[in-house]
Amino acid sequence: MNTLHRIFALVVKELLAILRDKKSRFVLIGPPLAQLIVFGYAATFDLNNIPVAVYNEDSGAVSRALIARLAGSPHFNLMGYIERDAQIAPLIDNKDVLMVLHLGPRFSADLKRGKTASAQLIIDGRNSNTALLALGYLRAIVTDFNIDWARRHGKPGPPATLQMRPWYNANLLSRWFVVPGIVGLLTLVVTTIVTGLSVAREREAGTFDQLLVTPLRPVEILIGKSIPGILIGLIEGSFIIAMVVFWFEVPLRGSLGALYLGMFLFLLSAVGIGLMISSLAVTQQQGILGAFLFLVPAVILSGFATPISNMPEAVQYLTLINPMRYFMVILRGVFLEGDSYALLFDQYWPMAIIALVTLSLAGWLFRRRMN
Amino acid sequence: MNERAASRMRVVGMIRKESLQILRDPSSIAIAFVMPVVLLLLFGYGVSLDARHVPLGVVVEQPDTNTASLIGAFQRSEYFDLKSFDSIHAAQQAFDLREVFGIIWLRNDFSEQLLSRSNAPIGVIVNGVNANQARIAEGYIQGVWQVWLGHYARSRGIELTLPVALEPRIWFNAAVSSRDFLVPGLIALIMTLIGALLTSMVVAREWERGTMEALMVTPIRIGELMIGKLAPYFVLGMGGMLLSVATAVWLFEVPLRGSFWLLSAASALFMLVALGMGLVISVVAKNQFVAGQIAIIVTFLPAFILSGFIFQISSMPEAIQFITHIVPARYYVAILQTLFLAGDMWPIVLSNCAVLAAMLFVLLAVVRRKLHKRLDA
Repeated sequence: MNTLHRIFALVVKELLAILRDKKSRFVLIGPPLAQLIVFGYAATFDLNNIPVAVYNEDSGAVSRALIARLAGSPHFNLMGYIERDAQIAPLIDNKDVLMVLHLGPRFSADLKRGKTASAQLIIDGRNSNTALLALGYLRAIVTDFNIDWARRHGKPGPPATLQMRPWYNANLLSRWFVVPGIVGLLTLVVTTIVTGLSVAREREAGTFDQLLVTPLRPVEILIGKSIPGILIGLIEGSFIIAMVVFWFEVPLRGSLGALYLGMFLFLLSAVGIGLMISSLAVTQQQGILGAFLFLVPAVILSGFATPISNMPEAVQYLTLINPMRYFMVILRGVFLEGDSYALLFDQYWPMAIIALVTLSLAGWLFRRRMN
Repeated sequence: MNERAASRMRVVGMIRKESLQILRDPSSIAIAFVMPVVLLLLFGYGVSLDARHVPLGVVVEQPDTNTASLIGAFQRSEYFDLKSFDSIHAAQQAFDLREVFGIIWLRNDFSEQLLSRSNAPIGVIVNGVNANQARIAEGYIQGVWQVWLGHYARSRGIELTLPVALEPRIWFNAAVSSRDFLVPGLIALIMTLIGALLTSMVVAREWERGTMEALMVTPIRIGELMIGKLAPYFVLGMGGMLLSVATAVWLFEVPLRGSFWLLSAASALFMLVALGMGLVISVVAKNQFVAGQIAIIVTFLPAFILSGFIFQISSMPEAIQFITHIVPARYYVAILQTLFLAGDMWPIVLSNCAVLAAMLFVLLAVVRRKLHKRLDA
């Protein structure tokens, strides 16, 4: 009873320390919201309005029909026509267009004689991902054109065709992939920084010694310092989940309970890491830098933006100690694939172990510092 | 002592004080030299948007020579690792457990339909959760399909002419390797980190401890104070930049096609802008906790997401595109990707540098005003 009472008092004190200051309060609420909106809209790999120029040396109606398909696609934005070879390089070099479609003077004639007409495409490869995706979109337009043309001229189509069906995300919206990940990203950042600075701030202000002379035991101090981090993380997380569902309209197909179990374990491990940083850092600057040295690799190696399966094997093993890796699978599993507890079991237990290890380590470091 | 000599003495003194402070706190050195290396290694080795060795499940309900030739075409592709399943149910189970990224499904009447030329369907299921990877994998699957069609037609003596064939030529990055554009962009991220985060924290600490007021009562002028504070961090940041460029060129073999001197000059300008942002944040926040949070949120994350470093700016909604114009990293990323992969393209470099210079001017004006006000108060 006494213990609970003391911990409760410390939790209240911690929350007050964070929330009392107007600027700290704003930092916890304003920026995450702004980030969610901005990143929710900006962090997309889908391409639309790709600027493209056309260099058409052909005078036939067929080439114009192909260009009309390009101009009508929402993915492309036809910036204009050019008339000379020499105009291509400056347009691409200066990033005025991402690609130039070049139809030679024999385009219509070749098509009419039943020969393959070639369409040259020059793409700016500075961003290789964009280049590949843009090429994919244009390829789809040409394939459609080919099938229509063959049909209208009574030619047989290809003997076998692909029937592609993407599951869980039929329209392949990358927003559905990125936005649920932001739940993990923002809760991790907020929780790590709140807990990572909690001890260092007291050290700098000199109140840490005062805390030590109170009847609070080290374990109680530790618990009292972790609860505010978890509370703030849970509240922010819930708010972001609501935004993801109601504002961004990403489907939530699985069980909310499975999601919250994952979030709780995730926050526990984040708090453990934050407290470890906190007990090692002497100044707030070191606390922030420590948090950063953890946050950046944790985000990069989590599968948030780029798939873990693309990483070299050694790095893939390294990701196993990253709690965010597991939470990303849970988020996407629950949101898009409709997963429930059983399918996510393999994600829960590693986070539980990480939480256990980091919290005990934090406790040990903390006691050593105090003695 | 004349006025100019006194001023120089004050600036030199200030620089010495800041340098000592950096050397004394190992965390500053860590962020300037350890962080760039760690980040570059992480990104260079860990981040790739390419799809290689994508695990695909294969279900062939009635194997024969036709299905073997099609599956063989997938086997030869370096983009896929195939795994056979007896039934579509078994394959779907592996799909649900994320053991395979997609399934190729040839039903038992595949060959029959193929021979009767009635558009035999090749069923392809891909996991669409990661839409980007799904699209790229679809592109590769399409490529394999087209190559196989050509082989098949030739082996049967069927005339198969594609009405229009697309001949893509990818400039600047013929191998379409994502590392070649991620690593240069990363330099912008690292310099933002050193410039804005470190500076804002350091100056906020002076406010917090009250040593800023102590500095203000010395005869030092605002301009001298700013130069003295920024110079050591400028050197630190440029050191981080050189380290990053060396790693990019020698370890990751990213081509540096433009001039190194032009790159250094543009980097120096961006470094000043980042330092300016750090100063503004510290003056506004005056508290390390808040300064650190603001620095991460208004400098680091935008440099990551809104700079065109990974995500294409022209595809963002217009309101967001508008916001990207006030992100300095956007201009620096354009310069970096151009200088590394394309070469010295003066119009791009100059126009982006001009914007950075304008930003620097505005930032310094803001700092000057804010600091000045504080002195009066």
